[in-house]
Amino acid sequence: MKNFVALTRMRIQLTLRNKMFLFFSVIMPFGFFFLYAGVFAKGNPWGIRYLLGPVLALTVMGSFWGLSAALVTFREQGILRRFHVTPVSPSDMLASSVVANYLLTMPTVLVELLFARFIFHVPNFGNLVSAFLLITLGTVSFASMGLVVASVTNTMQETQVINQLIWFPLIFLSGATVPLADLPQVAKHAGLFLPATYLVTGLQAAIYWAYAPWSVDVLLAFCSLAVWAILTFFLSAQLFRWEPESKIPRKAKLLAAATAIPFLLLGIWENNTNRTIKTAQAMYNSLNAPAKPGPPSDKAH
Amino acid sequence: MAGSILQVENLVKRYGDVEAVRGVSFSVEEGEVFGLLGPNGAGKTTTVEILEGLRDPDGGRVSVCGLDPQRESAALKHEIGAALQSTSLPDKLRVMEALRLFASFYKGGRNPEDLLKRFGLEEKRNTFYRELSGGQKQRLALAMALVNDPKVLFFDEPTAGLDPQVRREIYDIIEELKRERKTILMTTHYIEEAEKLCDRVAIVDHGKVIALGTPRELKAHSGGATRIEVRLSKPETDGALKKLDGVAEARVVDGAYVIHSKRPPQAIVSLVKYLETQGNELISLEIASPSLEDVFIEMTGRRLRD
Repeated sequence: MKNFVALTRMRIQLTLRNKMFLFFSVIMPFGFFFLYAGVFAKGNPWGIRYLLGPVLALTVMGSFWGLSAALVTFREQGILRRFHVTPVSPSDMLASSVVANYLLTMPTVLVELLFARFIFHVPNFGNLVSAFLLITLGTVSFASMGLVVASVTNTMQETQVINQLIWFPLIFLSGATVPLADLPQVAKHAGLFLPATYLVTGLQAAIYWAYAPWSVDVLLAFCSLAVWAILTFFLSAQLFRWEPESKIPRKAKLLAAATAIPFLLLGIWENNTNRTIKTAQAMYNSLNAPAKPGPPSDKAH
Repeated sequence: MAGSILQVENLVKRYGDVEAVRGVSFSVEEGEVFGLLGPNGAGKTTTVEILEGLRDPDGGRVSVCGLDPQRESAALKHEIGAALQSTSLPDKLRVMEALRLFASFYKGGRNPEDLLKRFGLEEKRNTFYRELSGGQKQRLALAMALVNDPKVLFFDEPTAGLDPQVRREIYDIIEELKRERKTILMTTHYIEEAEKLCDRVAIVDHGKVIALGTPRELKAHSGGATRIEVRLSKPETDGALKKLDGVAEARVVDGAYVIHSKRPPQAIVSLVKYLETQGNELISLEIASPSLEDVFIEMTGRRLRD
């Protein structure tokens, strides 16, 4: 525990001294925020509430870039080896980076909400408890996925290539950029296999329709992300390597692929029921309806 | 052997088809500075990293402070301190932060403030790691190895890549630790370093210990002969050189003729006379007093720094 706290402090210090952090955790999220709130929602408070889901999801999902890059750099430069001769354990190392990232992401989320409140006069944020839970799990799970990526790549270049390959589907098929309801049918159904889709839709249900944590849409996102977070963190600890070695065992790559299982299963089920697509469509319709937007009353708890 | 703080018996390590360590055995007593001397790729680092618990052996037995580095690595890590090869710290970690961070991983240990003073890093306390010179980085690495006041210290090539001036600073530090009766296992490919700092030396080549003893014993073993190295304008057979008056041994090592002699003046006179009769000429001539290099050449027919 003591090692974990000391390492978390170090990670926070180092991240704050890193210019890349400034870009990924400050400039990029606020760029998205003003683009979505000011341009797409044209400053309309209901529109902003709807778009806060995608904006916060993007803020949170960015975690995996920073964490994978940091871990690979630490290993490539032989920094991890130095920790290996101390009593520090792999889980100290990994958990400290996840927690440090969480503590550094929360202020950005908070500032985004404050901007929405005071610059764009959004009167309230729906159910903040639901939103907080989803943001927390989203940050932790995407950060853990970054750690898994770092464990199956050897160099920064490899890591960046994999990150790009993951990032584009995550942002384009999940409703984080183009609303899920606006996507072509094929893309909508493909999106159901991605964790980001549930995060975006769950956050929208929480903030836009003020769904409580025990409502099906929030609960579904919450549980699936929780399972995924535990699995990815567990796998990242299994796959953790202190030493920069040229060959990654095939077994490691298979284990890393196993992180896709929870959303593969959920995606199959969702493709049969179309639950999430229907929810996303209903929220989208209510936003564009001339009447006062809001949840259908029978679903509002 | 029993009761040695560090024991290695028949250690074997393979990387794929390559046997990096092929049956290494030695033991280190408490308070001793023990050196593994050998060329790059001899298996020194692998041996040390197995003892530190960083790598698993494929055969043999090792024990450090009575612990098995493979099975009891968690306990072992409290007892040892290490300055590794090819390692680094985060670029933007400050010197004092690094010392405090690593000190926080252990119970007790030395005061980071004292270490800073002792290793001459006081003025650098708030400097980022990446802004330190090579020598300062190495001094920090040695200071960090001491934060837990360990029973055994491992220094893997502590002066590799440093210029002579800085290397002497590091020697002073190690000699001071030696006076404090610290147990140190170090690796090096510098003869001078091994002779100057180590109580005992194991000469390692191709994953095997080829000679072991105090520097004095090892040199005595090679006959205590002076080494004369010459380059000639035309090739000669080493057989012919060996027969000359005053020459004990002669062999060809990378195009140079290495002659060992207990009576260097005679050897040189007879060599020059012989070359005249052959119409051959001396291009260069170097004389070195007996060193561990001679032991290595004698055992392997190669120079250490290849």
